[in-house]
Amino acid sequence: MPKIVFTEPGGGRREINAPLGLTLMEAARQNGVQGVVALCGGACMCATCHVYVDPKWLARLEPREEMEEGMLETAWEPRANSRLSCQIQITADLDGLQVTVPQRQGQ
Amino acid sequence: MLIGDEPQLPYQRPPLSKKYLAGEMSADRLLFRHRAFYDEHRVELKLGIQAVRLDAAARQVELADGERLGYDRLLLCLGAGPRRLTCPGAALAGVHYLRGLADVPPIQAALKPSARVVVVGGGYIGLETAATCRHLGCEVTVLEMADRVMNRVVAPVVSEYFAREHRGHGVGILCDMRVVRLEGSGRVERVVCADGSVHAADLVIVGVGAIATTELAGNAGLACDNGIVVDEYCRTSDASILAAGDCTNHPSLRYGRRVRLESVDNAFEQAKTAALSLLDRPVAHDRVPWFWSDQFDNKLLIVGLSQDFDGQVLRGDPATRSFSICYLKGRELVAVEAVNHSKDYMAARKLIAERALLNPEKLADIHVPLKDSI
Repeated sequence: MPKIVFTEPGGGRREINAPLGLTLMEAARQNGVQGVVALCGGACMCATCHVYVDPKWLARLEPREEMEEGMLETAWEPRANSRLSCQIQITADLDGLQVTVPQRQGQ
Repeated sequence: MLIGDEPQLPYQRPPLSKKYLAGEMSADRLLFRHRAFYDEHRVELKLGIQAVRLDAAARQVELADGERLGYDRLLLCLGAGPRRLTCPGAALAGVHYLRGLADVPPIQAALKPSARVVVVGGGYIGLETAATCRHLGCEVTVLEMADRVMNRVVAPVVSEYFAREHRGHGVGILCDMRVVRLEGSGRVERVVCADGSVHAADLVIVGVGAIATTELAGNAGLACDNGIVVDEYCRTSDASILAAGDCTNHPSLRYGRRVRLESVDNAFEQAKTAALSLLDRPVAHDRVPWFWSDQFDNKLLIVGLSQDFDGQVLRGDPATRSFSICYLKGRELVAVEAVNHSKDYMAARKLIAERALLNPEKLADIHVPLKDSI
């Protein structure tokens, strides 16, 4: 299982083993990563699973689709490396991915 | 301690009518948290057993097996149950409701390709389920009592859009259809409507609304009125008891009236409010409600309550499959329905909460972002 490192809102670091086939959001939630809320359960409808992806990794992810783009536009403190973690599928080549959870979710 | 009448760990319900029903998602992925989380946070779980009586004077909850549990503070998160058909034949085998995990396997077992599915009710649940059944290759007919689908929650142009989408996928959408009886020998075979029409069915799925679960609270003497009556801190009429989620009748500070919402967001947010009240750090629940629905490849996003408005503006063209309807009261934005348009939806959440006043000319121009239509 790929290892993924989260920096939580309080600054804590949590390394998880993310099962293939899940989304990054699901893996985070199952492993109790703080700050990944995911109200809508992964339907790309709530922008509460927002994360910042280490810029080095951005290009290795499938790009944002239009719905995700729209969701992030007015999310809390969006940045160029913002993603909704429910839209990222865990694959073997994400081993070592580093992501930061924002201080707040939603707006 | 967490008491629940379902045997599963707490899980998400929205996928039940969508990916989970379609068999595209395992039950494990529905769980909010794994068991280790509850252990880690020292939450004792008592699952698969119903709380049957509440003795508010003695501060005790009685379970179905007779056990009585004392409490200092109690939080009721009882949700809502499906409104049931009462017409003749309603109790026949093959008539299903979709609310919990246990409802899914019997429906799935009957959803063979070409099975004839009659869905009673063209609301969110009915239409989402119809879309999933069609996706699985069933012959699907939706019978809606009103003159258009989702009539209580969306504008006519949105109803028309979704009816067209369903018909395009081969779902029969029939409006002005009042079901008067279900017929069959032993199990349902036909649905008969007031206009005399007869609809052959291998199974019937009923989605005609939900009723707040208030029995436990009502029998204990708590104030109930279409939901357990709570204040903006989720406090009931009993100082030791709080309530949150679909089961509550609560004040909406934004709209200045009492509401009962069937909404995931409201359930989450009221739960937080209740938790803070339990910790004696009360913060008022003040939230613009929002809702969503997935039907085929369409996402319907609704924010705000549209019961009280004096103007409606269509942004964009439904023919492009991406548009929104804005509800105004004067120049104030009170609600938005966005079809495949996440930008308008997200902007609306902010604008409605801020009670922003909009410029109607800019608003009508889809090329001006909603967030800039002020």
